[in-house]
Amino acid sequence: MAWSWEALWEWNAGKKPAQLRVQGPRPCARLCACAECNRSARFIGCGQRNCACALLPRVPVWWVLPSSLRSIRDSPSSHPGPPCVLELGMFPELNNLLNTTPEGAEQGKLTLLCDAKTDGSFLVHHFLSFYLKANCKVCLVALIQSFSHYNIVGQKLGVSLTAARERGQLVVLEGLKSGVDVFFRPREEPHPLQFLREANAGDLQPLYAFVRDALQPVDSGEAAWRCPVLLVDDLSVLLSLGVGPVAVLDFVHYCRATVCQEWKGNVVCLVHDSGDTEDEESDVLLNGLSHQSHLILRAEGLATGFCKDVHGQLRILWRRPLQPTTHRDRSLTYQYKIQDKSVSFFAKGMSPAVL
Amino acid sequence: MAVAGTSGTGTRSTGSMVAAASTNNVTSFQRRGPRASGADSGCSRLVSIAGTRRSVRNGQLLVSTGLPALDQFLGGGLAVGTVLLIEEDKYNIYSPLLFNYFLAEGIVSGHALLVASAKEDPADILQKLPAPLIDHSYKKECDEDICGHKMESDIKMKIAWRYQLFPKMEGRPVLSSGFGHDYDISKRIPQELIETSKWHGFFLPEKISSTFNVESCSLTSGYMKLLQFIQNIIYEEGFDGSNPQKKQKNILRIGIQNLGSPLWGDDICCAENCDASHSLTKFLYILRALLRTSLSACIITVPTHLIQNKAVIARVTNLSDTVVGLESFIGSEKETNPLYKDYHGLIHIRQIPRLNNLIYDISDVKDLAFKLKKKLFTIERLHLPPDLSDTVSRSSKQDLAESAKLLGPGCGMTAGGKKHLDF
Repeated sequence: MAWSWEALWEWNAGKKPAQLRVQGPRPCARLCACAECNRSARFIGCGQRNCACALLPRVPVWWVLPSSLRSIRDSPSSHPGPPCVLELGMFPELNNLLNTTPEGAEQGKLTLLCDAKTDGSFLVHHFLSFYLKANCKVCLVALIQSFSHYNIVGQKLGVSLTAARERGQLVVLEGLKSGVDVFFRPREEPHPLQFLREANAGDLQPLYAFVRDALQPVDSGEAAWRCPVLLVDDLSVLLSLGVGPVAVLDFVHYCRATVCQEWKGNVVCLVHDSGDTEDEESDVLLNGLSHQSHLILRAEGLATGFCKDVHGQLRILWRRPLQPTTHRDRSLTYQYKIQDKSVSFFAKGMSPAVL
Repeated sequence: MAVAGTSGTGTRSTGSMVAAASTNNVTSFQRRGPRASGADSGCSRLVSIAGTRRSVRNGQLLVSTGLPALDQFLGGGLAVGTVLLIEEDKYNIYSPLLFNYFLAEGIVSGHALLVASAKEDPADILQKLPAPLIDHSYKKECDEDICGHKMESDIKMKIAWRYQLFPKMEGRPVLSSGFGHDYDISKRIPQELIETSKWHGFFLPEKISSTFNVESCSLTSGYMKLLQFIQNIIYEEGFDGSNPQKKQKNILRIGIQNLGSPLWGDDICCAENCDASHSLTKFLYILRALLRTSLSACIITVPTHLIQNKAVIARVTNLSDTVVGLESFIGSEKETNPLYKDYHGLIHIRQIPRLNNLIYDISDVKDLAFKLKKKLFTIERLHLPPDLSDTVSRSSKQDLAESAKLLGPGCGMTAGGKKHLDF
């Protein structure tokens, strides 16, 4: 009376297996085969008195993603334990989903983060700490929050932004602080946020010049940083400040040409999806960027409304903008819950509160 | 409320407000000072200012909004350096009450005030603030209620014993001394309190009557003047830390009334495609920038029901930190709805900021309603009235169910979705 692998697979994919009791050898000593566990479909021992797994030591629960199920099947003796959050920092589960590690980060990519009816800023924090750990030179254009906000969240994720700034790995443009300067004390020389003082729709040339100067690879003898990365949080604020969507698209195009093509770096930007509020400018910007990006992470709310245990749904879409799409782009959907220091991801319907 | 900083291990336990050791390194749980930590980077002692307290979650400096009930639903209070946006109700009856509570709290706590209005002289606004409630008999009454309930809770429930786990009543939030006061709306604030307080007023018709300068940037001149006024006050009074000799730090409470209305010279409430459509959003951005770099908190009331362009409302919401919407039942069909007979309107908490954190305090209660009693403005959880009619007919139940669906969109902070499915 144990689960067979096929039954487990089906159940993990969201389909209830036809029979609860299936035959076959027990694949893993830690999977309990007692009636209580079978009934409640738990993987780990329920600790009941007559449960066989009560004899086994208590094991921590982790969320059985398809990849870890595969590894259990292939090597029944080794069990993947929960990833150690303190070691890796950022969101290790998101790294697993995206199949990236800080050492093997891809280059020359535009990643688009977008959120609809929810707050997707946790993705910005993830990528910021990810690229800092990957030893890349990062330019953060922080238009909507102050530097101390990113710093404090970064410390929770294991990176120190002040230290990175001091050693030259991180360049931050604080939109709020320098916006006050440019607005109340205007000077003659061009400032990256000059469009704040302009009456009609400004352009973002000075901002692009700032980014270019910040990420310019320095031709010095010492081993420089791995690749330049531009992180913009967020682009929708520029629309609110009077910059037209075409100007923002031009800015992203220039940055891509320089950072991605020329210097083989990455660009990550956050855009808000306005949804049904008929914001044409935002739609133009979002559509334009979606067609140019290699990876789109879209955080949206659940279709059924607010839930305390599942904060939203993340759709990951891998694209190849320059190659003809003969086959479909790969897409994955996961649900997430944001905690104090990390975000946990799970397949749809596999939230711990529901299981 | 002052928090004594003790040196010791910066243990990673949430809810601890232990200061780090005296080195300059900051653990993630210490708020060394106001958001303008640039000016205070030398000292590592925690700032204690009258009328403020530290948030339990991340040590953020909070001020009270004047309504302890609203503080509770906003996660303890309004964070210093943020904007509280009140979406006005349709006839602008209840939003001035929240505005007045905020200012009255500032006077009682000894904060500096900056009142800006295009409709009413700030001096008149200050005259009409509610008086702090020092009525001892009323407080005793409330305390007796709580004691009475406490005695009853010893009796165990026999039949519906699962309900024992739920809280007995919506308990009054515990008021720590110096944070959050009750106000009596039927009385005016005593004159001497106003005179001892430090306030600055900005009345648009007075300021705009001077020579009309054509501004270079796309803000309307009213907004431009207001921003310059705020920036002057912050700079001169030293709220941004520019004057380090000031011994006693204080909070500046800014109140701006009816922002976005045509009285400010803005026409987003008049036309769908207006000329200066970025005026209000740019103003909010610069205001946010000013607040983040100073010890101040701001309340703004905006008549969003008049704004025709929904995209502008979404942008305004994104640029503010805390957004609370008021929906009164006056004049709507809900006034005669039996579901809402005990209340005067609904409160929607549309957005709460995530400051220095990935998460924020989110309350379980999504349906909040307010009631204006003779002396108090109360906010409580919307309870469906018990169905006590003799003939419990099917049709009446269906009416109630229909009305329950119209309870309004749930909080859109963490997730949106089909609105009527929020519960």
